[in-house]
Amino acid sequence: MIEVRGLTKRYGDKVAVDGLSFGIEPGKVTGFLGPNGAGKTTTMRLILELDYPDAGSITVGGKRYRDLAYPMREVGALLDAKSVHGGRSAYNHLLCLAQTNNLPKRRVAEVLELVGMSAVARKRSKGFSLGMSQRLGIAATLLGDPKVVMFDEPVNGLDPEGILWIRNLMKTLAAEGRTVFVSSHLMSEMENTADHLIVVGRGKLIADCTMAEFIARSSGAAVKVRTPAPDALVLAIAAKGGQASADADGTLVVRGLATDQVGDIAFEQGIRVHELTMVRASLEEAFMELTGDSVEYRAGIPAASVPVGPGTSGSGV
Amino acid sequence: MTTSPASSGKLPLSTLPSASGRASLGGALRSEWTKIRSVRSTYWTLIALLVVSIGLDALISAASSSHLQSHPADKVGFDSTQVSLFAFAFLGQLILAVLGGMVITAEYSTGMIRTSLSVQPRRGTLYVAKAMVFAGVALVVSFFTSFVAFFLGQALLSSSGMNASLSGPGVLRAVVGTALVVTLVGMFAFGLGAIFRHTAATIATAIGMMFVVPIIINLLPDNWRIEVVRWLPSSALDRISATIPGANPHMFGPWGQFAVTAAWAVAALVAGIILFRKRDA
Ligand SMILES: Nc1ncnc2c1ncn2[C@@H]1O[C@H](COP(=O)(O)OP(=O)(O)OP(=O)(O)O)[C@@H](O)[C@H]1O
Ligand SMILES: [Mg+2]
Repeated sequence: MIEVRGLTKRYGDKVAVDGLSFGIEPGKVTGFLGPNGAGKTTTMRLILELDYPDAGSITVGGKRYRDLAYPMREVGALLDAKSVHGGRSAYNHLLCLAQTNNLPKRRVAEVLELVGMSAVARKRSKGFSLGMSQRLGIAATLLGDPKVVMFDEPVNGLDPEGILWIRNLMKTLAAEGRTVFVSSHLMSEMENTADHLIVVGRGKLIADCTMAEFIARSSGAAVKVRTPAPDALVLAIAAKGGQASADADGTLVVRGLATDQVGDIAFEQGIRVHELTMVRASLEEAFMELTGDSVEYRAGIPAASVPVGPGTSGSGV
Repeated sequence: MTTSPASSGKLPLSTLPSASGRASLGGALRSEWTKIRSVRSTYWTLIALLVVSIGLDALISAASSSHLQSHPADKVGFDSTQVSLFAFAFLGQLILAVLGGMVITAEYSTGMIRTSLSVQPRRGTLYVAKAMVFAGVALVVSFFTSFVAFFLGQALLSSSGMNASLSGPGVLRAVVGTALVVTLVGMFAFGLGAIFRHTAATIATAIGMMFVVPIIINLLPDNWRIEVVRWLPSSALDRISATIPGANPHMFGPWGQFAVTAAWAVAALVAGIILFRKRDA
């Protein structure tokens, strides 16, 4: 649905997007990942022709964005929930958008109902919380029943219920056959939602593959074994071509062998095993590993002292 | 907050009627009308325009009337039409310039422009619709204000016997022309708004062009000043609101000065649309 070819955008000396090419297909959720400043928002702005590229082209459904007969029926985009006039009520905001594309008025009430904002329809959006603004923005994207929806960090600042709601919404939209393109820094969330990934770093494409393929590219996959005889097992594993190392608490982490192989080796050697688990790399680990070289804005704190876990990947404010 | 969970299945939305044609000026005009009538700043600005113009013009007319009654000699060369339109011409243009500029700069200060352009990427359509809706509002309000200020002023001047009637020479031209030029100043500011995309810069430039530049020009040596002054956007109001031929022979006629201001407005609007289409939003 969206085809990006050789896209390049400079802001002064800064190359924000650098020869990017990818396609986004309907019927699935495509996650758009990359460290801060990687060019995700810029790419989305270029798709909407808010900014003009220095090189390359973008088509939506085979057309340039400005040539779409009714843009709202093709693309619903939410880049920034605060891109509204705060003095206007939710209802009038949506109405003025719907009118540009000759959409029926009743649609406004419908989308407000859908996002649970009917009660505040007549309130000026100035007073809305971030979550309410986000919902208003999503309501706007759905006005035209678009074939493509595009969200830039939609769960940023949302409470757990809101996050779950957006996740389900995106899955539903994709299940309806729409093209869903969403950027996020919340890896655990993406892991739950996205089927396909476009990963960028410093404006360049790092990966364009399925979620499973991306995770498999990382070296994070391992087998965890707890045993009273670690030394014997380390030797046995080494003999079979695996690498085992002992954790701080004595558990072994084995790489290069699958769970069943490790179990078989232990059985053959008569080594007692108390726990045998497969450690799947998380999207977060894979992301850290595969984008490590293209991180531009790194905090001055040594990486080791920062616990890596959900929520520590700094989402871009 | 209640949610309609979209956990599975289809979204609870009705099917849209199928579309023909394309998003164009009609929809953009309806949208811009909704925009301008749905924010309070529009009403505050227009109320300020009415109150300041009509109120001050009434005060000026009443004061002039009593002055003329005590100093009958001053009736010579007294232009009661111009007097009754003075505050509207002088301050009304400023208030409409603020509204005209803000119609476009508020899109930028709020970030709404990103949403507006993503639903209507044909920027020329958006710009023209915005300009037309503002021009329409400005025109209606200006005509209303101009006529009310005139009639009220003449009623207050009637005790001096100096009250003008619409059928008097040049009077209708003055009342209509003043409304038109005030609207043009608003359009000029609209264009500046598209150029600067920043409210303070737009209003400062509009005030500069309408109020400060004429003062500076007045400081120039006479032979320069008289050549320059008729080319200023600010010179039309004084000329077009007058029913007694002005003392300055170097000015164009009322409609000539009108054309000068119109040219400034068109220049600003054209520069505005070129930049609006070409720049990153
Ligand atoms: N209008 C602009 N003027 C100058 N530089 C810009 C502009 N917009 C973006 N940039 C620069 O382009 C680069 C890409 O920015 P962009 O916002 O697209 O990144 P991002 O991937 O969305 O980052 P984040 O995850 O922090 O949101 C950054 O280095 C940014 O500073
Ligand atoms: Mg971003």
